Amino acid sequence: MIVKQIKKVSVIISLILAIAVDIAIPNSPSQPKTDNPYFIYFLCIVGIIIVPAYLLSFFNKKISEKVENIGPLLAGGILLINVINLICSKYALLPVLFFPSLDRVFAVFVNDRKLILQCILASAKLLIIGFFVGATLGFTTGIVVGFNKKLAYWINPFIKIIGPIPATSWSPLVLSLFSTSYQAAVFMIALSVWFPITVMTSNGIQNVQQTYFEVADTLGAGKLYKIFKVGIPAALPSVFLGFFYATTGSFITLVTAEMFGCKSGIGWYLNWQKSMMLYANVYAGLIILAVLCNLIITLLFKFKDKLLGWQKGVIKW
Amino acid sequence: MVGEIVIENVSKSFINPDGSEVKALNNINLNVKPGAFISLIGPSGCGKTTLLRAISGLNLADSGAIFLDGEEIKKPGHDRGFAFQQANLYPWLSIEKNISFGLKARGIYKEKKQDVKDYIEMVGLKGFEKSYPHQLSGGMNQRASLARALVGHPKVLLLDEPLGALDAFTRMNMQDEILRIWKEQKITIIMVTHDVDEAVYLSDQVVIMTPRPAKIEKVIDIELGRPRARGNNDFLKYRTQILEILNYAGDNIEPEYYL
Repeated sequence: MIVKQIKKVSVIISLILAIAVDIAIPNSPSQPKTDNPYFIYFLCIVGIIIVPAYLLSFFNKKISEKVENIGPLLAGGILLINVINLICSKYALLPVLFFPSLDRVFAVFVNDRKLILQCILASAKLLIIGFFVGATLGFTTGIVVGFNKKLAYWINPFIKIIGPIPATSWSPLVLSLFSTSYQAAVFMIALSVWFPITVMTSNGIQNVQQTYFEVADTLGAGKLYKIFKVGIPAALPSVFLGFFYATTGSFITLVTAEMFGCKSGIGWYLNWQKSMMLYANVYAGLIILAVLCNLIITLLFKFKDKLLGWQKGVIKW
Repeated sequence: MVGEIVIENVSKSFINPDGSEVKALNNINLNVKPGAFISLIGPSGCGKTTLLRAISGLNLADSGAIFLDGEEIKKPGHDRGFAFQQANLYPWLSIEKNISFGLKARGIYKEKKQDVKDYIEMVGLKGFEKSYPHQLSGGMNQRASLARALVGHPKVLLLDEPLGALDAFTRMNMQDEILRIWKEQKITIIMVTHDVDEAVYLSDQVVIMTPRPAKIEKVIDIELGRPRARGNNDFLKYRTQILEILNYAGDNIEPEYYL
């Protein structure tokens, strides 16, 4: 009982400690000042979410379990940024150029919000176009290769030769071949998505239990019906794995492509801020990337749980 | 009545991985009367499953022919329902959708919706229509697979050890279910089994097959009334007779000590 209460309250104690440290100890003079104490603002936002949840937890069992479960982890996380705050902002123990104060990092989200939002939208658009093209081609190729042995014979060498090459290594070529660097970026993202989806789709189809098709045969199903109602649904867990690999791969390609050619997007933002030595902005960009990539993969898994509820535990997220 | 199976001079060989040839079926002849319940029994390698799959059309014989109501069997079809040893339900479909799969594949689901409901009820799965196979027990899945094989009104139901994966009690319950379905549907059933009791309990005729070379050793008519008692003398007589033909009766066992 006491342990449970400590777990629940730990996050609030950690939060108060972080705020107290930030207020009590003055910032190192070597760190440039910000117009507002953004780190405190951030901690307050966290508090606005956590404190009501903590209070509600005394009335609601579900919330109580959640707070108890996540409490120590959040407390640890807040403690970690507290320590980072001490090292970077308060005592400036690390080079201030590369390790800006947390105030400066969080200030970026406020002061640069317009540009960052534009970059997020640009990246999202590029990712969606590239992913859509690559996934469509990959899924189709996978189905053709999975079901048709003759075509597989001729297509498989292409998959084997082109597939393993990192998509970004095409950049010197495609940047000059395509009329815009945007098209080149779409091409590279599509390529990085195409390969894992093709391989995992065709693999999934080839590994479908033969008896599933035999059952369909004895029930009078035709060839197309067997492909679309037996082969593809049975291969979906494997196809999902392909989508998972493709998604993580597409992030890499997206950011790299944006760093090389594009004039917008998070990757471009990171590169540009770096060249201006604004490392606070670079950290902010990285945090945004982390949040967005996590969000996309979480959504992917939510979608999987809906679609593949019958199949538990392909990969856990 | 429909559902007559005639098997004429059917032979089939397999090539082993080492290149040697194995006769899986050696000149099999068998007539199955419409509406009969036939069991194929024998040790592993006697070709009983191969024969059943040849009737289903999933694997064709090398020579000879099999006829269903006078028409030669050349490929699988919905006139021969097939239930496998594992239920083999599609895990991504609910029980109801599994059972209606064949009707949808043939494009006749709209007219036969009521049949799906009837068969779900007949196999005792009412209330589980929306459940997925992984949520149900092995016995329930096997019943769903029977309903799936039956809902298209096949002339013949082929059962490949459909109860082999079930525990003993579920198994006996399912045997009674199969008998009830057989009586209600008046269809021909051909069942492969390892279990002599099961064969005697269910069948009109027990076809005993032996391996090397795989052939029909003897066909025994079970002249017992129904329902049958598993323990009575006549039942045990048939049981012993079948075991003797299969050389499992234990005649040559020496007693360990004499009184």
